[in-house]
Amino acid sequence: MSEEQTDAEVVEPPEPIVIQQLRERFSDHILTVIDQRGELSVVVDKDASFQVLEFLKVDFNLSYDFLVDVTAIDYSQMEDVLIEYGYARYMVVYHLNAFLTNERLRVKVPVSEKDFTIKSVVALWNSANWLEREIYDMFGINFDGHPDLRRILMPDDFEGFPLRKDYPLRGRGEREKFNFGRENV
Amino acid sequence: MSKPVDRSTTGEPMTLSFGPQHPATHGTLRIVLELDGETVLKATPHLGYLHTGFEKLGEHLDYNQYIVVTDRMNYLSPLSNNFGYALAVEKLFGMELPKRGQYVRVIMAELSRIADHLIWLGTSALDLGAFSVFLYGFQQREKLYKIFEDTTGARLTTSYTRVGGLLRDLYPGFENDVRSFIRDFPKKLKEIHTLLTKNRIWMDRTKDVGQISSEYAINYGYTGPCLRATGVDRDLRKIEPYSSYDEFDFDVPVGSNGDAYDRYLVRMEEMIQSCRIVTQALDNLPDGPINVESHKISLPSKQETYGHIEGLIHHFKIIMDGHGIQPPVGEIYCATESPNGELGFYIVSDGSGTAYRVRVRPPSFFHFQAFDHLIRGGMVSDVVAVLGSLNIIAGELDR
Repeated sequence: MSEEQTDAEVVEPPEPIVIQQLRERFSDHILTVIDQRGELSVVVDKDASFQVLEFLKVDFNLSYDFLVDVTAIDYSQMEDVLIEYGYARYMVVYHLNAFLTNERLRVKVPVSEKDFTIKSVVALWNSANWLEREIYDMFGINFDGHPDLRRILMPDDFEGFPLRKDYPLRGRGEREKFNFGRENV
Repeated sequence: MSKPVDRSTTGEPMTLSFGPQHPATHGTLRIVLELDGETVLKATPHLGYLHTGFEKLGEHLDYNQYIVVTDRMNYLSPLSNNFGYALAVEKLFGMELPKRGQYVRVIMAELSRIADHLIWLGTSALDLGAFSVFLYGFQQREKLYKIFEDTTGARLTTSYTRVGGLLRDLYPGFENDVRSFIRDFPKKLKEIHTLLTKNRIWMDRTKDVGQISSEYAINYGYTGPCLRATGVDRDLRKIEPYSSYDEFDFDVPVGSNGDAYDRYLVRMEEMIQSCRIVTQALDNLPDGPINVESHKISLPSKQETYGHIEGLIHHFKIIMDGHGIQPPVGEIYCATESPNGELGFYIVSDGSGTAYRVRVRPPSFFHFQAFDHLIRGGMVSDVVAVLGSLNIIAGELDR
């Protein structure tokens, strides 16, 4: 790994076209570009996330038309990532794939607890509907403009967000609430 | 399938709850149907009945322990899931298996693809009243499960892969067993073809039923046979070859109509192509080790563990809690072509023995999401046909 990194510093290969284009259009909103293990990630400001994804999808030459996956990560136990992105606790992660060129791209959007809403991409991809519901269900992140934002895997009356890092693996949750037909247990 | 529905002639729409314990759902999922007579006006899928917290478990189990969890995702083809997960972690390490290990994995993944498609074929035909196909299919599946049991020790909970290798090498009679299966199988599949492919009832029930266009399929995130049935030629084994798939010669069957019948045809042909891959892999199966030669990752042999102190230390370091195998910091998305479609694992590592985050991208989740689009305007009896043709696996749907 270390050899590759030093090589990269010496030669400095040109950035991929998609990154060049993104920098051209959204220069202020591109926070970081990571090219690791042959996978390209770009961290984008939350204000521009929808515009960036729309551009990636609609642009004729890029045409990242396939939304592979949307998920989120709770970075509260990764200090260095927290510091890098101004203590934004969560990251919403979009995995894109272009059918024509078969390029993959990962778009990460930091979401801080102060402003817990991010723009929904259901208008761009129907597949985002349930994926965003799952993120809402598991992390509690709100999606602005989502047509039907409710819990999907957990029951509607469930409290808490299971995939947050402060939610324990066991010990708290629905089990205590079942009284198995008995009162005051 | 979005024909306009004339509601003026009938009365109030009726609500019908399909599932969660309906036999045709093949797992616990529920669809609330809004019906006008026999026409489906709206279908609302409800899921989560089988939610087991696999992603949460991934943050607490170490990398090899999690392989056991992957068995339970798509329980019709656990070997493919084992394969996909192990591949993802290996990509995180930046390593590749020796050729023999790769070939053995390919053989097992393709056999499990056949087994998965056979179960899908049997049960979806059974739902539409073709009982013999179910028996014919399960007879063949039984032979495969016998091979799986002899190789891995279990029929369903195989846990065959390890990070950096496999549980064990193939047993001595493996090649014979597989070759005799492959010799018979195309004939048996032909019998099933004669039972279904030109069968008037089967065609009436599946043709133009649950149709989806390629644009919508892409928009809904379809992958695998369901996407290929719409005419999109996308197979990860071809476009992103992993584990030596580029060394095999096989075709990717593509449909045109995107309906239940095309999904059936695509899957039928995929089984034949899987046989081709397995035959080639057996012909060219290299000798040599199946595990990577690094005792930081794969366990040393028992002789070494008990005979040498280094072996014992390596064994201890891999097994003990808090040591384990520790990939470098970073993240990886690794997708494999599972029988149902793109099975992706997104793993974030913080450099410790357990993953920081494990995300599973299950193909069924996306197929089921478009269910309302597929069934709207269809008949209530088509619900079973469409659901069967999608092959929704509740285990990977709810995780």
